[in-house]
Amino acid sequence: MVDLSEKIKELRVKKAAVELGGGQAAIDKQKAIGKMTARERILSLLDKDSFQEYDLFVKHDGRDFGMDKKDFAGDGVVAGTGTIQGKPICIYAQDFTVAGGSLGLHHARKITKVMDLALKMKCPVIGINDSGGARIQEGVGALGGYGEIFYRNTLSSGVIPQLSLILGPCAGGAVYSPALTDFVFVVDQISKMFITGPNVIKTVLGEDISMEDLGGARVHAEITGNAHFFAMSEKDCFDQVRRLLDFIPWNNTEHAKIGTSKEPSTELDIEQVIPSDPKQPYDVRDIIKCLADDSDFLEVQGMWAANIVIGFGRMGGETIGFIANQPMVLAGVLDCDSADKVARFIRFCDAFNIPLVTLEDMPGYLPGIDQEHAGVIRHGAKVLYAYSEATVPKITVILRKAYGGGYIAMNSRHLGADFVFAWPTAEIAVMGPEGAANIIFSKEIKTAEDPNAMRQEKVKEYIEKFANPYVAAGKGFVDAIIEPKNTRAELLHALKISALKEEHRPAKKHGLPPF
Amino acid sequence: MENTDKEFVDFVMADGDYKTKLTHKYNQRTKWHKPVEGEVLAHLPGTIIEIRVKEGDPVKKGQLLLIHQAMKMYNRIVAPIDGTVIAVDVKAGDNVSKDYLMIKIKPV
Repeated sequence: MVDLSEKIKELRVKKAAVELGGGQAAIDKQKAIGKMTARERILSLLDKDSFQEYDLFVKHDGRDFGMDKKDFAGDGVVAGTGTIQGKPICIYAQDFTVAGGSLGLHHARKITKVMDLALKMKCPVIGINDSGGARIQEGVGALGGYGEIFYRNTLSSGVIPQLSLILGPCAGGAVYSPALTDFVFVVDQISKMFITGPNVIKTVLGEDISMEDLGGARVHAEITGNAHFFAMSEKDCFDQVRRLLDFIPWNNTEHAKIGTSKEPSTELDIEQVIPSDPKQPYDVRDIIKCLADDSDFLEVQGMWAANIVIGFGRMGGETIGFIANQPMVLAGVLDCDSADKVARFIRFCDAFNIPLVTLEDMPGYLPGIDQEHAGVIRHGAKVLYAYSEATVPKITVILRKAYGGGYIAMNSRHLGADFVFAWPTAEIAVMGPEGAANIIFSKEIKTAEDPNAMRQEKVKEYIEKFANPYVAAGKGFVDAIIEPKNTRAELLHALKISALKEEHRPAKKHGLPPF
Repeated sequence: MENTDKEFVDFVMADGDYKTKLTHKYNQRTKWHKPVEGEVLAHLPGTIIEIRVKEGDPVKKGQLLLIHQAMKMYNRIVAPIDGTVIAVDVKAGDNVSKDYLMIKIKPV
């Protein structure tokens, strides 16, 4: 006779032992630096009581270096499923209290199991990274484990949203899983990401740098662009995750959920945002707030390459990917970083059926030896590629400057925009008036009695003739010149007309974007 | 709506000045220097293992100058041009930083 209650008791005891992770002392250490435990993180992120854990009793099979005598609770990772907003989520969280969250083959297999499940169930996968890296005692088995994760990140790319939360160290090979996912979240003072750490740098280069300065949250949010969302605490970070998931669809065959279509706040007057002097800056996010439902805008990568703004809002309840040049930073130019930033965002939106609204005001590409040598040509080409490739509804509003290569790049008619609108303040021309006048009228300026006066005159002539939207409209490159205050209505109309849009690209194995 | 914020600076583009903010990364960019012919710089930080030339030696393009160990590898550093060695600023065992001027060659 089997005593069921005894068996149940045994199960509960076993579970409780594993659920304690690396033990109270390690947990206390984790908490002392503002970190939650792996299970607490999952429970605070998911809907209440929705978490089901798998592979609690998985054990590693390392046999070298005394590993055969060691047991690691859950092999250092908590994995399972749950719901957010009542919809399915696959999730895993590395447990730093267990062997430093180090990754061995079975730890990795727990992760790949939920990744496979996510791809099959067509739901987002969330990875919480907090690990010292590969479990060295397991040797190449650990490396294999990373590879199996990267492979699945790649297969899932563009099918289901993949989110990475960096809530602790994430070093060496481990960094490449987040880098392959769609959105990376970091928390101030807690996240650390690097390929080679301060010790190696000290040995090889003799340079001293702290983990925080090398690969802390701010570094990745501001300098490298590896992080998309920066939070001050883990709780903030989970709020950001839920807010992002509110805007994006669960997989590439779905549309994002429809929100309530509330009119934007009337605090800002769209006609007053842009200064009358075309050389004066303004915050283009104010324009987005005048256009988006309820003036609600979730900016992505707000601290990095701030000369372009990307993010999600809604129009008429539908999620929109907003892209806007930011005149307030570096005059809103395109450069290597901003090109990378916008190209990847366009591809995300295209993969997940999110229409694009582009607000254009840019004087051109950033001049500079450093830019040319950093490869602004191949970086800039990514923008052309991403816009041309995208088949979601693509609408452009030219607010002010649209000069030269920038005009073409920012979702012009020529790259397949569905609708191009311009404000009467738009300046659409091959280059800025001063540059153009210097070239076209170089003879007149040189031979004039007063070259400066002549230059001024010719610049003025050029501005009157070309620094406007009418030349481009005359060629049909601009569909309509609209009054600023009608912009939201015009966009809503264009989105309505685009609702059933279907556009196909030539069949191919895959394109070759200028990575 | 004139912006008088102190953070905004003049930023020169092809067609004149713009008022805008600069980024940390923009301010930190390194200035470019034209490479000098005949200067042999360390391409990585590393250690000098052995030196095969001395001051006054004539060298041919491609001739081995020294062995520089970096990233677990013995790198053969060869003469970039034909010429005469006019300076050797390293000795075996030295640790050199990136872009350290190791050897100078005067072109023929």
